[in-house]
Amino acid sequence: MKIDQISVFLENKSGRLAKVTRVLGEAGINIRALSLADTTDFGILRLIVNDSQKAREVLKENGFTVGKTEVVAVEVEDKPGGLASILGVLSDHDINVEYMYAFVERSGENAIIICRFDETDKAIDVLQKNNIAILKGEKLYQF
Amino acid sequence: MIWDKEFETLPREALEALKLKRLQNVLKRVYSNVSFYKNAFDEKGFKPEGVKSMDDLKRLPFTTKQNLRDNYPYGLFAVPLESVVRIHASSGTTGKPTVVGYTKKDIETWAELMARALSAAGATKGDIVHNSYGYGLFTGGLGLHYGAERLGASVIPMSGGNSKKQIMIMEDFGSTILTCTPSYALSLAETAEEMGIDFKNLKLKAGLFGAEPWSEGIREEIERKLNLHAIDLYGLSEIIGPGVAVECMEAKRGLHVFEDHFIVEVINPKTCEPLPYGERGELVFTTLTKEAFPLIRYRTRDISVLNPEPCICGRTFVRMERVSGRSDDMLIIRGVNVFPSQIESILMNIEGIEPHYLLIVDRKGNMDTLEIQVEVNERVFSDEIKNLQILGKRIEKDIKDFLGVSTIVRLVEPKTIQRSEGKAQRVIDKRKI
Repeated sequence: MKIDQISVFLENKSGRLAKVTRVLGEAGINIRALSLADTTDFGILRLIVNDSQKAREVLKENGFTVGKTEVVAVEVEDKPGGLASILGVLSDHDINVEYMYAFVERSGENAIIICRFDETDKAIDVLQKNNIAILKGEKLYQF
Repeated sequence: MIWDKEFETLPREALEALKLKRLQNVLKRVYSNVSFYKNAFDEKGFKPEGVKSMDDLKRLPFTTKQNLRDNYPYGLFAVPLESVVRIHASSGTTGKPTVVGYTKKDIETWAELMARALSAAGATKGDIVHNSYGYGLFTGGLGLHYGAERLGASVIPMSGGNSKKQIMIMEDFGSTILTCTPSYALSLAETAEEMGIDFKNLKLKAGLFGAEPWSEGIREEIERKLNLHAIDLYGLSEIIGPGVAVECMEAKRGLHVFEDHFIVEVINPKTCEPLPYGERGELVFTTLTKEAFPLIRYRTRDISVLNPEPCICGRTFVRMERVSGRSDDMLIIRGVNVFPSQIESILMNIEGIEPHYLLIVDRKGNMDTLEIQVEVNERVFSDEIKNLQILGKRIEKDIKDFLGVSTIVRLVEPKTIQRSEGKAQRVIDKRKI
């Protein structure tokens, strides 16, 4: 139920993001989803890739600080109010979203929201009990 | 224990008389044998025969590291090379090293001084001295070695490195005295822990640690982890090597300078004016008995304070406080004196921070700014911005609390701070004053 996300520490200087994507591209790694959080000095690039183990290795070899976090991919109907209903359920159970980012799957019917919760296991439990679809890793990596 | 009771407890008056006699002697020798000193003295109109009191010392010019470099390799030797039996060299920060020589008598003197230092740490001829200072051009290894032999102890010439073997030998040979740098002592503690060996089961009772600045906090950590008395040893190759000053185990408060062989002064590093006892400044040494490589008023750049109070151990020598930093790397940030070593010790107290950092000093308007670059490794990295911001704020707060200076912490990617093979470049000062 949990998805591997890798995160990369980046200084705010030109060329760093390009370097990450080049390293991954040369290693034949496909980026499924990404988000970049930034401050004035540094940023954190979060990535879902088709091979997170290999991605970590090649990034480390190239001198990047890389972390691994477990996140949850929630499927949301691509229509007004879709996200609100899910967040309502989570809020009712006192679950915090640390951050999230979204992309639309190829068929275009559903949006996929990558969520980082403060209590991941509890969040999964709540989502399942409320019949909200959670995407398995294998499916996401293959899109 | 006092190795040389006669000299180490000499009444001050007799000591001052001895120092003056030896000073007059060394000044005559350098004037006639070293052209650098002849020129320097002539330039100031200084005649060695004219020295009547210790006050005359203040009229003498200083000798600096640059003078040593300019006279590389043998230009400051006061005896012909055929009288030199040993040559050592210190690592040069830039380019050439500093070369020092010893006559047979100098080696004898050095061994005596190191026997004094070992005795001050409680060592006797019955001890097994485990010497992990590096052997080679560096004066640490051989300095300790000859002193331990002079004492009559059994020396294990380990040199540095190969920590597992060091621990095995300590255990099997029953080492009782450890000699190495304080940072290596801590590294040995880590290795022993990995090997499942508890220092409580080893026979070590004391250690002589020196060759790099260390804090009282590190002493406590070494004493706790290695279960021994950690004694501070001071020296520099230019003056003789280790054995210029040592703490006594009775007081562990300040290092007794072997004044019958070295005159110590403290000066204001900016104005070069001598400072009275109790005032902090740069240590300056004059060697009194060395034959091959005598130095007159050598500026060490090491910052300390002298304390003339009598010591409970009975030694009459003045004590220097542990070296708190170096005058050439002291920063003045908005009027506050800051040594990179102080910032380093604060950083080292924070879990997961690497010992690689860079200080960037700048001036925005009329305000000095101090930026501290710290590398983000996997131990401190987080996928959440707020956690990294908390880390930065924590470092800023710790530095503000301890040093009273506001800083800006900048987190940078790993291995982006330049690594150095010798002395690390820790500070970039961009101020144009």
